[in-house]
Amino acid sequence: MSVQGVIIGLEVHVQLTSLKTKLFCGCSSDYRGKEPNTLVCPVCLGLPGALPVLNRKALEYAVMAALALNCKVSKRMFFFRKNYFYPDMPKNFQISQYDRAGGVPLAVNGYLTIEDQNRVKKIRISRIHLEEDPGRLVHLGPIDQSPYTLVDYNRAGIALLEVVTEPDFNSPKEARLFLQKLRSILEHLGVFDGSLEGAMRCDANISLEGGTRVEIKNITSFKEVERALNFEILRQRDLLEKGISVKRETRHWDEARRITVSLRTKEEEQDYRYFPEPDLVPIVLSEEFIKDVKRRMPELPEARMRRFMLSYGLPRYDAEVLVSSKDLADFFEECVKIYNKPKKISNWMMSDLLRCLYENNLELKESKITPQSLVEMIQLIEEGTISVKIAKKILPTMILTGRSPREIVESEGLTKITSRKLLSELIATVFRENPKAVRDALTNEKAVHFLVGQLMKKTKGKADPALANEMIKEMLEAVRRKEGSSKASTPSQ
Amino acid sequence: MKKPRISRREVEHIAWLAHIELTEEEKTLFTEQLNEILEYFRKIDSADTEGVSPTYHVLDLVNVYREDEVQESLTREEALSNAPKKERGFLKAPRIV
Amino acid sequence: MPELYELTGREVSEKIRSRELTVKEYISSILERIRKVEEKVHAFVTVLEEDALKRAEEIDRKADCGHGLGRLCGVAVAVKDNICTKGVRTTCSSRMLKDFVPPYNATVIERLLREDAVIIGKTNMDEFAMGSTTETSYFGATRNPWNPTLVPGGSSGGSAAAVAAGEATLALGSDTGGSIRCPASYCNVVGLKPTYGLVSRYGLIAYANSLEQIGPITIDTYDCALLLSVIAGHDPKDSTSVKTPRRDYVDFLEGGVEGFKIGVPSEFFGEGVDARVKECVWRAIHTLESLGATYEEVSLPSLEYALPAYYIIAMSEASSNLARYDGLRYGYRVEEDSWDWPTVYSKSRRVGFGAEVRRRIILGTYALSAGYYDQYYLKALKIRTLIRRDFEKAFEKFNLLAGPTMPVPPFRIGEKIQNPLELYMCDILTVPANLTGGPAVTVPCGFVDGLPVGLQLMGRPFREDLLLRAAKAYGDRAGFEGLRPKL
Ligand SMILES: [Mg+2]
Ligand SMILES: [Zn+2]
Repeated sequence: MSVQGVIIGLEVHVQLTSLKTKLFCGCSSDYRGKEPNTLVCPVCLGLPGALPVLNRKALEYAVMAALALNCKVSKRMFFFRKNYFYPDMPKNFQISQYDRAGGVPLAVNGYLTIEDQNRVKKIRISRIHLEEDPGRLVHLGPIDQSPYTLVDYNRAGIALLEVVTEPDFNSPKEARLFLQKLRSILEHLGVFDGSLEGAMRCDANISLEGGTRVEIKNITSFKEVERALNFEILRQRDLLEKGISVKRETRHWDEARRITVSLRTKEEEQDYRYFPEPDLVPIVLSEEFIKDVKRRMPELPEARMRRFMLSYGLPRYDAEVLVSSKDLADFFEECVKIYNKPKKISNWMMSDLLRCLYENNLELKESKITPQSLVEMIQLIEEGTISVKIAKKILPTMILTGRSPREIVESEGLTKITSRKLLSELIATVFRENPKAVRDALTNEKAVHFLVGQLMKKTKGKADPALANEMIKEMLEAVRRKEGSSKASTPSQ
Repeated sequence: MKKPRISRREVEHIAWLAHIELTEEEKTLFTEQLNEILEYFRKIDSADTEGVSPTYHVLDLVNVYREDEVQESLTREEALSNAPKKERGFLKAPRIV
Repeated sequence: MPELYELTGREVSEKIRSRELTVKEYISSILERIRKVEEKVHAFVTVLEEDALKRAEEIDRKADCGHGLGRLCGVAVAVKDNICTKGVRTTCSSRMLKDFVPPYNATVIERLLREDAVIIGKTNMDEFAMGSTTETSYFGATRNPWNPTLVPGGSSGGSAAAVAAGEATLALGSDTGGSIRCPASYCNVVGLKPTYGLVSRYGLIAYANSLEQIGPITIDTYDCALLLSVIAGHDPKDSTSVKTPRRDYVDFLEGGVEGFKIGVPSEFFGEGVDARVKECVWRAIHTLESLGATYEEVSLPSLEYALPAYYIIAMSEASSNLARYDGLRYGYRVEEDSWDWPTVYSKSRRVGFGAEVRRRIILGTYALSAGYYDQYYLKALKIRTLIRRDFEKAFEKFNLLAGPTMPVPPFRIGEKIQNPLELYMCDILTVPANLTGGPAVTVPCGFVDGLPVGLQLMGRPFREDLLLRAAKAYGDRAGFEGLRPKL
């Protein structure tokens, strides 16, 4: 859905989470959940006298990403200093790259296509560059009410890839689709793990027809992007409708309150005074280097999707949903490896598994389900041990606890009742308890369903549905015959 | 008198960019001194640099890297030892907004 | 017999190695000297009396046990206070960093310690190395040991004064636009700015990264070669450090200057250069000639723009380097609860920095700001290219270039401090080497009215060996090296 007159551009910051160390120093990049200011050194703390040295792997990863995003990789480039003061910046400048004043970013002129309701749209990527992540600010309550600010520099210096798009989005949804696709690509490259909190953040520029460009900062996940943009559309539209002009400003997305708040207006706009970082030397990328990176590049989602269609016979829609996340696609292929029924597996994953994850607000990776257990569950259905209904019932347990389906059904006695003897006893009881329904059922198909329902209720859904149906019909037939013969015999009595 | 290179208002703006507060007297003095210095700096205007590329580095070093190997960080005590204000392992900064 | 504090670094290390002298005796003599003259000279921000004595005992023990000793065994080295020393406050002579204690050592410090040197103290300097007189220090001016009413030169004035006054045997300075050579010249000692990339800058608190190097300040050329050999060489922590094979510069000292071609840039003898200084330097050039070198005058026309280009580049880089001093992670902070962060930053920086530092930050910020970048910063970098070309061309013909280090002899404290531009002019002959990146050394070449004059020799990048060889030949013949002031 495109919203009339809305233009959006994104600046996405992606942490290269597969790196072991920061961009310019040897501090561990594994900062999540660590005590504040325990992963810092003179370099990333911006201590006087410390000097940066570039992480080679970061450069390789960035080049790989640029190639995957169809960009032209620069042959010669250097880092720039972006000068601005802010408490999350240890040096009060950020080592970044720049596309003016003689600067050349890592890569330019790429694109990604997104698909929304069968409409394919090309989103242009104007540039990609490497830069360092600032530290983390902790506010006491909302940012505009916090009496002071706490600062943790563990995150400062983490390698960030900044991806800047042209203002090619016309709806918040398109922005979300783009981020999802970007995530999947980077995950396939093995440079990024989107399930880590704050690993993908973005700033968005948004303007409405007749309004002004507003920048929104601090959107910390792609789930938030749609919310923040929708809020901003409503806010700006409301102003415009009231005849109030929209101020050109930078606003902060307050995730907790789900609103944007003004950070600074145009008058205070920054002058970043970019200039080449004198403490780092230029980077010259040879043809061979780029070729080598290309050669080592793993399969990308698009190619994988085609392969899923070709070798597993999946419909395009299935293949697309599965490759939209590397975890999902990997999980799928693991399943197929154990049990070669791709469509069956895909069906379970696309409907029940995804829904169940969504309902529990979990990423596949965070859940405890394994390909082995999903396959086992499908096999239990196939061999007639459990019903589909039971399968759906135990799926959440599998996701939350990681227990095997066989073990769950056994310990909770959920195995399908397939014993004809037991079923016939149970059906007899149902018939006894519902004489009117039995009578109706002799003539009315609907009443048969009622009896099946009663049986299921009695067995807590464990009765084999096909068998139950068959036996109820058999036993009804027996009743009918019995009644018929008694009628026929009466005259003879 | 020659047109000043930098006005008092510009000095105020630049000082704001540089996050340095200036007193009224300093603004006056700095504007005067800065104009004198900038006037001298503009001597470079007369140098013919047509087609000359800038020297960012005097060395022709390129591609200096480090491997992605973890080195020991500072202890938190060391990291915060020079901080004027701290709280629960964090540095304490003034309010943001 | 000279006093122990008057020995050269070479003599000290030899005597200690042979156990003719204990480190403790010698360090005590240095400390005694400091106690005696420091009040007059004020070379130090911090004297490490206890540390030095403790370390002296350690090295003595090591020697007694027959362990191998490093090249600088026991030698007292004074370190400019912009070079980080772990656990020892490193102030840049600024109120901003008056309590800053680095949790790490600069690479040059690690190298000194590895060679068993004793760090005797941290020396006074112009605040953040921004000056040519050592008057802008938050801790007060350093005085010229030859005449305490005069400036010692700067910004490494404390280091040069300490060596001249016998308060240290060797010293480290840093040279961004002449900050080693200027005070070395004014204090009658030897000072060398190494080729950019030869000595690691890791741990040197940056003023202008693309221009500066750490270098030795010593009583004679031999010590200069010795100290350079210890601190030079590739460091993986500094991306601009060059992978040259490690050299012992002492090995190259004795070759003489026979056959050397020396260029004498006419721009180094222009107006603004004191006639008496010119005379001294010409005499030195003739001495080199008498030792077998030939000389020829040469013109380097782009030098006309060197000084403004230098200041624009230095101030621009400085404005960014000094942004980190905001009182959050370290440094001076003034605060009231009601202030937001920009207020705290601006007020802390106003009080924490002295006037010259603030002036340079503001000028640098201006030169980089939108609309002025091309006119100032970019233009200056292009001029840098022109100057490098002129020098490259000259070095096709000459082994060395020679001229005065300073245009005027040392002047009175307070004489020029009120006029920044006049002070900037003092650097006119030293900044070219920083712009080109090449090495330059100053050696004592005489006196005018009892005040030292320095001869500056400049060479091709990474040819410190040739510079030192010529300096040694000249120094041995001229006899001004090693002369000390009476204090
Ligand atoms: Mg950015
Ligand atoms: Zn670090």
